[in-house]
Amino acid sequence: METLERIIAEHPFFAGLASDYTSLLSGCASNVRFDAGTYIFKEGEEAGEFYLIRAGKVALEIFAPQRKPIMLATLGEGEILGWSWLLPPYHWRFHARAVDAVRAIALDGKCLRTKCEQDHDLGYEVMKRFAHILQQRLEATRLQLLDVYAVS
Amino acid sequence: MMTTATAAIALPDPMVPRPYSVSQVLKETADTFSLTLQPADGTAADGFQPGQFSMLWLFGVGELPISISGHSADRERLVYTVRSVGQATHSLVRREVGDPVGVRGPYGTGWPMQAAEGCDVVIVAGGIGLAPLRPAIYEVLGNRPKYGRLVILYGARSPRDLLYRKELTAWSRQKDTQVLVTVDYGGVSWRGHVGVVTTLLRYARLQPSRSVAFACGPEIMMRFVARDLETHGMGREQIYLSMERNMKCAVGFCGHCQYGPHFICKDGPIFSYDRIRPLLEKYEL
Repeated sequence: METLERIIAEHPFFAGLASDYTSLLSGCASNVRFDAGTYIFKEGEEAGEFYLIRAGKVALEIFAPQRKPIMLATLGEGEILGWSWLLPPYHWRFHARAVDAVRAIALDGKCLRTKCEQDHDLGYEVMKRFAHILQQRLEATRLQLLDVYAVS
Repeated sequence: MMTTATAAIALPDPMVPRPYSVSQVLKETADTFSLTLQPADGTAADGFQPGQFSMLWLFGVGELPISISGHSADRERLVYTVRSVGQATHSLVRREVGDPVGVRGPYGTGWPMQAAEGCDVVIVAGGIGLAPLRPAIYEVLGNRPKYGRLVILYGARSPRDLLYRKELTAWSRQKDTQVLVTVDYGGVSWRGHVGVVTTLLRYARLQPSRSVAFACGPEIMMRFVARDLETHGMGREQIYLSMERNMKCAVGFCGHCQYGPHFICKDGPIFSYDRIRPLLEKYEL
């Protein structure tokens, strides 16, 4: 049987993290599942955790009045979902919907913030990894904004 | 001396189009059509290498460089996928069965299919860029033992803008073939990926050391694709891009398509990334 610690250690987001830390992180972790079509979180709700996606696809959506939700991006296996737990006011900025059945590890944000405050080396490791994700997604968003396939 | 003169006279004039006629017009998306052309004299169509292009002459309208998007093994016809974006392309996609079209070519370099033998072939296409890559896909699928895995990563603006939808599904069912499609804007009914084409690389199960990548799409997209393929461990010499500039003569006479020291029409359109990388980063080139 796979332990949470092993799943965390094998997830690409935490690749190379010292085993002491994966052990520490597993204390904040739980296995979660979402059926296709269900909302994992919605804009404005408290952002209490983030997710290591193990299987399935998640759509990030933004709500626009009198319109259907706009899908901004999809995330899949090996990716992480959510960083609003990291920065005040700890509220989700988008909707996240399971496109198909999703299996993930949820990491409790408050628990993780406490551990990062207690051990700044762990905090730095976590921040570096999130900074990398933020950089990738910012770049992808900029490319998306260029609308490169439109008629010029 | 006499032999040389005779040979020179026998060479076809590269500026004279060969008469073809339209045998089929297929609507791919709202603004993109595939035209099938057959030689007007009923003889074999001109052979081509995947990745090459022709100059299509619309009498009374003008001439356009269009990549060949059909199967290179099909010697009866040539297929072109055209997006209607201006007067000439609009006129081209409005051709009807039986209408005449002049064809010059094929011209330019093709995808390095021989160099790709024994390797995994990674196809990265954006928008209409899938059209010049389709002959390379046919080539791999038609000669399966020669190649490793085939990975097709395709990005389009929206689900409505996806080309060759039925073929994408059929290709995804082929052995050792992975097809991933993403769109920049997906509606709620879209169940595929949303995001730029480079985001698909993380799902592509690449084996960088034994892969060759062919990319075609908007130049800025290809720049990011090449950079990300490098980040994933591919060498610059393993990555090939199909470049585009305004072409007129297609045989290196006029200089319209000059790109640094190269002419896109005869030195390209396919270039290895290590050859043109410095030019990709030059402003206003």
